[in-house]
Order: sequence, then structure tokens, then C-alpha cells
Amino acid sequence: MSDTTYAKPDEQAPDVTGALSAEDAPVLDKATQARVHARSRKLLGSLLRPWLRRSLLALAALVAENLGQLAGPLLIARAIDVGVPGAVAGRPGALVWCVAGFTACALIAAGARYGFFRLSGSVGQAVLLDLRTRIFEHAQRLPVAFHDAYTSGRVVSRLTSDVDAVRDLVETSLDGLLTSLLSVGGIAVLLLWLDLPLALVVLGTSVPLVLMTRWFRERSRQAYRRARNTVAEILVELGETLGGIRAVQAFRAEARAADRMNRLNDDFRDAHTDALHVVARYTAGVRLVGNVCLALVLAIGSWRVANDTLQLGVLTAFVLYLRKFYDPLDELATFTNKYAAAAAALEKISGFLAVRSSVPEPAAPAVLDADRPGRGRLRLRAVEFRYTPTGRLVLPRLDLTVPAGQTVALVGETGAGKSTLAKLLARFYDPTAGAVLLDGVDLRDLAEGDLRREVTLLTQENFLFSGTVAENVALARPDATDADIRAAAAAVGAHAFIEALPDGYDTDVSKRGSRLSSGQRQMVALTRAFLADPTVLLLDEATSSLDIPTERAVQAAMAKVLADRTALIIAHRLSTVLAADRVLVMDAGRIVEDGPPARLIDASGPFSRMYRTWIAAVGED
Amino acid sequence: MNVEGAPIPTNASSLAVLRRLGPYLRPVWLPITGAAAATFGALLCGLGIPLVVQRVIDGPLGSGDFGRLPWLIALVAVLGTAEAGLLWARRKLIARPTALVESRMRADLFAHLLRLPVAFHDRWQTGQLMSRAVNDLVTLRKYLAFAAVFLVVNSLTLVVGLGILFTIAPELALVGLISAAPLLLITYFYETSYKKVARRAQDQSGDLTTIVEETMLGTRVIRAFGRSAERTRQFVAQARRLRSTELRIVRILGGLSTGLLILPELGIAGQLAVGGWGIADGRLTLGQLVAAITISTYLRWPTECIGWALSETSTAAAACDRYWEIRDCPPTVTDPARPVSPARPARGRLRFENVHFQYPDQPRPLLRGVDLEVRPGETMALVGATGSGKTTLAALVPRLADVTAGRVTVDGVDVRDMPLAELRAMMGCAFEDALLSSASVRENVALGVPAASDADIRASLRVAGAEGFVDALRPHGPGTRIGERGMSLSGGQRQRLALARAVLPRPALLVLDDPLSALDLHTEAEVERALREVLRDATALVVAHRPNTARMADRVAVLADGRVLAVGTHQELLDSCPHYRTLMATPGPTETVGAARHADGEVVTP
Repeated sequence: MSDTTYAKPDEQAPDVTGALSAEDAPVLDKATQARVHARSRKLLGSLLRPWLRRSLLALAALVAENLGQLAGPLLIARAIDVGVPGAVAGRPGALVWCVAGFTACALIAAGARYGFFRLSGSVGQAVLLDLRTRIFEHAQRLPVAFHDAYTSGRVVSRLTSDVDAVRDLVETSLDGLLTSLLSVGGIAVLLLWLDLPLALVVLGTSVPLVLMTRWFRERSRQAYRRARNTVAEILVELGETLGGIRAVQAFRAEARAADRMNRLNDDFRDAHTDALHVVARYTAGVRLVGNVCLALVLAIGSWRVANDTLQLGVLTAFVLYLRKFYDPLDELATFTNKYAAAAAALEKISGFLAVRSSVPEPAAPAVLDADRPGRGRLRLRAVEFRYTPTGRLVLPRLDLTVPAGQTVALVGETGAGKSTLAKLLARFYDPTAGAVLLDGVDLRDLAEGDLRREVTLLTQENFLFSGTVAENVALARPDATDADIRAAAAAVGAHAFIEALPDGYDTDVSKRGSRLSSGQRQMVALTRAFLADPTVLLLDEATSSLDIPTERAVQAAMAKVLADRTALIIAHRLSTVLAADRVLVMDAGRIVEDGPPARLIDASGPFSRMYRTWIAAVGED
Repeated sequence: MNVEGAPIPTNASSLAVLRRLGPYLRPVWLPITGAAAATFGALLCGLGIPLVVQRVIDGPLGSGDFGRLPWLIALVAVLGTAEAGLLWARRKLIARPTALVESRMRADLFAHLLRLPVAFHDRWQTGQLMSRAVNDLVTLRKYLAFAAVFLVVNSLTLVVGLGILFTIAPELALVGLISAAPLLLITYFYETSYKKVARRAQDQSGDLTTIVEETMLGTRVIRAFGRSAERTRQFVAQARRLRSTELRIVRILGGLSTGLLILPELGIAGQLAVGGWGIADGRLTLGQLVAAITISTYLRWPTECIGWALSETSTAAAACDRYWEIRDCPPTVTDPARPVSPARPARGRLRFENVHFQYPDQPRPLLRGVDLEVRPGETMALVGATGSGKTTLAALVPRLADVTAGRVTVDGVDVRDMPLAELRAMMGCAFEDALLSSASVRENVALGVPAASDADIRASLRVAGAEGFVDALRPHGPGTRIGERGMSLSGGQRQRLALARAVLPRPALLVLDDPLSALDLHTEAEVERALREVLRDATALVVAHRPNTARMADRVAVLADGRVLAVGTHQELLDSCPHYRTLMATPGPTETVGAARHADGEVVTP
């Protein structure tokens, strides 16, 4: 799926994901890698910075826990050396103190551990929430065309499994990293103090360790990168296949869907097997280096003890600490592994966050006075538009003024640029040149919220969200009361059918509204639009699936609703068009005819031809 | 959970739930056992090394007898290498089998989802299914690869350690045992309350996925109404709910981990006290006490590890539960036990006999005794008010749903008696939604006939009036990808591709749900002409809203009140059926222009 270029047809998605798909390869070139790494690190830093204090507290708790645990063996030794003989001699005081001290240390360590758990858990969860919010908000800022090509499955993957990998790193591996760094550092100092030559042998092992770590980081990152890519593909496949299950079953495409899934699934499996194999080699290697070093120290140490250049006690201590020196290295290996997994995820997430929206929010938004007189004046000033910088000019230099309150019908053949014009007016896109103005204000200068209050675009995509009918209608105005919702439905003529549903307005519309017919979904969508009560209403084939009596009712309702607002209607039904104040006929991105419908019918232009075809089609009635 | 028919978390024990993994574990038990053995071996080597080192220091170095020294050092090296080797073997052995279990379970889940009827998919949100197919199975793989192995190995270690402790000093072993006893309580706790919390977190994560999925798919609507911020608030609220569950898990695990840290320590303190007392009384020796404490110190890590592994067991069991909830849903639309193959070549006589259909949650059937016959080669239009059940009736033919009473036959054979694949191979369908995927135009059109030639695809694109715009697609014409759900195309373009897909197989039976609704007048006329050619050779059931589409049909059936109200030609019905007249009557042109003129203030004559 990722090897193909995404769609760039006339009115289609620009190649917005191109830059990202370059990062989908498991092995990145040097420049890309450096850029991607820097971007990921920056993101991780910005996520952790607000929680610095809490992270430091967690660190302190961890130190306290380790101190408590370190004191334990000392007290045991004291109990055995002093306490027990004392007790045997009839003086149990020392033993009691030792036992009490040991218990106290254990309790302190336990309390500190609990504190650490809570703190690191809350940091992890806070980072997770922050990251999720950032990704989700960003996703909603990105243009619609981006989502067409990127697909929802990938966004799901960024927001769930990628984010989980980051959380895993922040929440659970902090423990290992800090503990092991503390003990490795402390013990290294001890070793140096005990005996310099032996310590140098030990520290010499850092050379192979660093080399191994470097190897591991690169290899495991490749494996994890592959895993991240395939898991996204799996989610995309799931989303598309399950979303279109009717077609998949009716066209017997199950086997092929399963084949595709199996390929991805196998790839995912191999990526994980690979990742774990790399971990196996790395952790075993680290342990081998540690154990060989131990044997080496023992050999050299014994030789020196035999030659009287080293005290036996020093060697004993050295060997004991050595074991403690290498144990945490396992933890470090675990951390490195989790970091590699999280790094691969961060690459993906930071890449997603770095995609810039082509319709940015204004830095200093203009304010539209809600009570301004004659609101709803639209103006296109020398607008040019192409979907991609090198693409076809869809709209070549368009000038248009729509006075407030006018109902304009937009007609023309597929590909004439009608929908594009509507999308520009709703600022789904920004014009390549020129400007779109609402009451004299450039749409690019309006804050998202203000713009949406003024302008509503209703398309054929009558997407219903899970929830009730009432909730779906209220999407247009979350503060709407039940009465408002009912009134809107009644105005559109949807009240009767909604009431007839099993639970009326509280009927769950189920997944993607499959249980409502497409006509019913259009009615819900229309109700939404009327409830929104915008200054400018843009309808893009909003009534195509209605039966005729319903459409008639909707038209009658619309006549009332549209009377006092600006409206732009794209419709294939001339019955709808004829109800407009003004008709614009578009061809190849230009307006070729403009005037009231009745006058255009009399002219001998394209609209009169359309009209005659229509009369011929329905004339038998 | 806000899934309708939401699953109730089962009360089965984790073990019982995990036992269902049997069929998946059986083929890979050998390497998994091997991995457990390697883990245990590595543990023994790890324990052996300090013992040998001790021997070096106490023996040759202490006594000055250096003869055995090289051997002992060599033994350290050997044990050290063996430990590293076994550690490597553990991961190497476990990696593929556990990944295999995961991928097989996912493949089976997906295959099952593909078999489940449309009714199931209507009820379940895709987000929940995604989260089960990915997150829950990843949880299971991780459990099998790590926690499960550690649980077995460390339990073994704990039992062996306690056994040794008993042989050394029964009295001190008893103290150790008592200190380990709360583990049982902890297990019980995990089985009861913790599992519920773990399950809740998984469900909430599924709901979060659902919000994401829906928001992305419905992004046009959300933007059109400027509800991005609102939607973000909903998402954040759900994410916060998940977070508070996760924090609860952190609190529980923190408490338990603290307990598990403190239990062995208290055991050791107890042993010190009891041991000191015993030594003072002369019942115990100092050697016994030192040995007991050393062993107890070694057992600290396995005890902690068991606690962690138990919590992972509960999480894995909850994930397993969620997985089987889907797998346990029966595919209700299935191949018959004794399939009857349809007549060949299919003539395409389609009959509905007293067909009833009721949605499970509706008080009464939507279809209540539909009788209708579509003769071979005939085109029958299905007309009815919005919501009258036209789409539902059409869906019964390819068995996207099954009748609740009565039957649907093709050439005299009940569709439920035919092999599903053969039944569906006989027909081409176009739905009210185009149901396209982000693949290329070619792949979308060739969904039913993957081996179709370019010429055939082109021919069906021509029938659907799609050839022109498809060729104009950039950069690859028919090879261009069309965005998720084909959303980078207009509604009319999508509809034409769905139509091309339906006619491509040249099926004996066509089921078309309002195939021309989104087309402009010009295109509609064009498609109509081409479609007539195709319809001449096939039996067709066409859901229609418009007179144009109805006129294309040989006969029209009017659906009302769950029954067929009347059947006849378009003209006959216009003459005889008032309901049909209402449904078909288009607003007269004069009347609307009048309205326009009124609004415009200009006087014109049409």
C-alpha cells in the first residue's frame, strides 16, 4: 500500500503524504536519519520538560529505595556478627535493634518504591495524554485531502500503538535506567578506589559494550520501524475491509482480503521475531562480556594475590561488586530496547506532527461583528485554484459577488469546479491566488470557530457518528435543547420518520448509521445544517437520495429557511435549481452563464438546453 | 462500553480463559518449553557463578594451594558463557513461536470477521474490533514471551528454594513460607478485582480508538460545522477516563509491588529474630541461620517476579476474553449443510415468497410478507418511501442478511440452500453507499473479478459513464488511488465506479440500490442508455427514487407497509396507484419557476 503514489486526480488529494512515505523504508539514508532523530528527540524533550520536577522527585524516591535496600545486608551482617552472639550471651538488645532497623529500612524502601511508582506512573500517563491530545488536535487541523491519502487506520495507529510504545519507555523503563545508572556509576567509583589496574580491566569492557549498543540501536530500530509500519497497515486494512464489509462479502473478496491481511500479519510477525532476535543477541552479548570480565579479573587477581601484589580482601570485595556492576547492565539493555521501540514510534509521531496544514489558523484573527448589517456578503476576488502546485488550474481567475441573502444555484457538468468552489467558500482549501471574502473579511483572517459559525457546508458525505439521532443533530450546536432539535427536524420534515424510529430521537444510529437509509441520513444531515443556523449555507448535492415527496417537503422548508440567508446550492435536480434567485452555470472552472433561472431559460445558452432536457425527461407526467 | 449488545466480562478464572489458547500453543509447545528450560538453566548458572567464586577465594587463594585455581577460573568462564548462551537461547527460542501464536490468532480473527454477517458489523464499532485485533493480541504475545515463562520458572524456583530451606531449618522455612503466604491473597485479588480494572482499561482504549476512527472518517462533517474543538474535548475526556483507569492500575500495582518488596524482607527479619532466639536456645546453629538468610535473599527476586507475572496474567486473560467474545459470535449467514447448486446457466428467476424481515431490536418486522417475482431477463424497479425497506429487501438476495420468515429463491432454489460463493458469483450488486477502498480505480472496479482484463474493465467503466473522468485522473488514470472510501472523488463519481463494479462480471442477476441518484442530468441520461444494454441480458432488481430510473424498468413494484402494494409498468402504476403517483410526482416546472419569479421580481414565461 505504501509503495504507490496517492491519488492526484482533478479534484483530489494532493500528494500530502509523499514526504512521510519516504520515511517508511526500514533503512533510512544518513540525512533523513539525522533529521528524523533530531525531530524525535525534540518531541520527547518537549513532552518531558513540564514534568521535570515530578521526574526529579521520582528520582529521589528511587535513590531512597536503593539506599534502604543497600542498608539491609549491612544490618544482617551486624545481626549475625554482633546480635546473635549477644543473644546467645543473654543480651538480646543488639539483635532486637538490628531486626528493628532492618524492618525499618525495608519499610522505607517499600514506601519509597510506592512513591516512585505513583510518580513515574503519573508522569507516564501525563505524557501519554499530552501526546494523544497533540496528535488528535493536529490530525483535525490537517486538510481533508491529507486524510484521504493517509487514511484513518494510520491515525489510529499513531494514537494507540505508537503512543503506547512511548508510554512504555517513560513509565516502566525509567526505573531500570535510573537504578542501573546509579549503581553502575557508584560501583565504578568503588572499583577504581579499590584497585586501579583491575578497575581498568573492567572499564576496558566498555569498548565492546559501546560497540554492541551502537549495533543494537541501529538494527533494532530497523526492526521496530518495520513493525510500526506494518501495524499501521494492518489497522488500515482492518478499517477499510470492515467498513466496506457489504461489498467485500457480496463480491466474494474475503479470500483476497484475508490474503492481504496475512501478508501484513506475516510481515508484522517477522518484524517482531527479528526485533526479539536482535535483543537476544545484544543482552546475551552484554552478559557474556560481564562474565568473561569476571573470569579475567579473577584470573589476574588470583595471580596477583599469589604474587602478593594484591590483598585477598580487596579481590573478594572487587569480585562481589563486579557482579553488582554487571547486573544493572541487563536493565540498561532492557532500557535500550524499549528506547529503540519508542524511538521508532516517535519517528512516526513526530513525522505526523511535522506535517503543516495548508489552511493555517490566522495569528491575529479578524473579528466579525455578529450584528453587522447585511451579513452574508460573499466575494471571490481574482481567485485561482489548483489542488497541487504543479496540478491543473481548476479555477482560472474567478470573480464573483453574491449579495447577502441571495440563493445561488450552481450547475454544470462533473468536473466543472462546482464542488471546488464550495470548498473554497467553506475554507476546506485556500485559493492559490486571490482571496475569498465574507462581508469584506478574508476567510484566511477568520478564526476557525468564527468561520464555522458563519459558513456551513453540507456535502453528500452524510457521516453519522455513533450515538443517538439527537446527538448527531446536536453536533451542529452542542448547546441545543431537545426542543431546538425537534424544531429543526420539523422544519426539514424529518420529525415524522425520527419519531417512528424504535427509540425516537434517542435511537442509536449504530455504526456509520447503516441502519438508517441513505435518504434518512440525508434528512438527519439537513436537520443538522438547519440547526446550525449559519449566515451562509452551502449545499453540495444534499438531497440526492431523497424520494420525491420528501424532497418536495424539503424544498418547501428550504424556501423558508433560505429566505433570509445567503445560500449556494449545487444540485443535479433542476427542480431545486429553479427555486433559486440566481443560477451560475460553470464550465471548466469558469462561470459561463449568470442570471435568474427564468431569464436563462429564455436565453439560448447551456442552461436553457439543460432545462429542455429536463422537461423532456419528466414531461410525461 | 457503549457497544450495543456489549459483552459482559466473564467470571471464568484466568486459567480457564487462557486454556482456550490451547490450539494455538500446541504446535509451538516444544520451543516454548525449551525457552522455559533455558531460563531455568540460566538462573542456575547465575547462581553457580558466585558459589565457584566463593570457592576460589575460600579455597586456593585462602590456603595458598594454587593447583585447582585454573580449573575453577575456567569453570567460572564456562558457567558465564553458558549463562549468556542460555539467555540468548531463551529469547531466540521464544521469539518466533509467540509471534506465530499472535499472527495465527489475528489471521483467524480476521477470517472470522469476514464471515460474520453484516448485522454483526452494524452493531460493532470498527474501533473496538481494531483494538482487539491489534492491541489485545500484542498484549497476549508479550505475555507469552515474558510473563508466562517467568511465572513458571520462578514458581519452580520458589518451590525448590523453600524445599531446600526446609531441609536446612524447618523452623526458619516456616517463617519464610508464612511471609510468602500473602501471595495467595494477591493471586485471589488479581483474579477478582484487578482483572476487572484491566478489562476496563482495554475497553476504554477500544472506545478511544472508536472516537479516533470516527473522527477521521467524519472529518468533513466535523469541519463543516466547526466542531473540531468539541470533538477534541470528547476525545480528551475519553483519554482522561482511560488515564484514570490506568492510574488506578498504577496505584494497585504500586501497592502490590511494594507489598512484594516488603514480604521477603519481613520474612528475613523474622528469620533473623527467630534464628537469633533459636541460636540463643541452642536449637539452631549460626551456619543454619546464614544459609537460610542467603537462600531467602535469593528468593526475593522470584517472589517479586511472580507478583508481576500474576498481574500480567490477569491482563492477558482480560485481553483473551475480549478476543474470544468476537470469535464466539456465530456467523449466522453460512453455507448450507447440503448445498444445492443453482441451475446452470442461471436463468435468473428471482422470487420473494412471503418474505418477512425483522431487525433484532425493532418491535415489529420491517418486511411483513413480501411476494414478488422477477422473471428471467426482466428489470424490476423497487419503489417506496424513504425507510420503507427497499434496501433491506435488496440485501436479502445476496444474503447480506437472511429472511426471518418466508424465502427468497433464484431459479426455484432457496438462496439459503446454495453455496454462498456460488450464489454471490451469480450476481452483481451496487449499494446505496459506494463502499470503495483507498486502492486504485482498477482494483475497486475489479473487486468481484480480480482477473478481469483491462478491456473488460474499460467496458464496464463505459457502461457506468465513468470512462472519461477515470482517464482524466492523475497520475495513473485507472491505476490512481482514490483515497480512503474513495473520498477524493465526488459522490457521482463514486456512484459510477460502484455501478461499474456491479456490471463488470456480466452477472445473471443485478441488484442495484438507487444507482443513479448522485448523477447530474447529463451523465444520468448517458448512463441510462448504456445501462439499458446491460439490463437487457440480465435479471435486475433496481431500487429507484426517480421516474427516470423507474421508467428504465420493465415493471415496477411499490413497497409500502412491509408488503408489495402493487406491481405494474411505470405508466400503469401512475394510472392506477395513488401512492405511486405521490412517490413519483415531480414538482411541475411552471409552479417552481413561478416561485422563482416571485422571489426575483421578474416576469418571464417558461
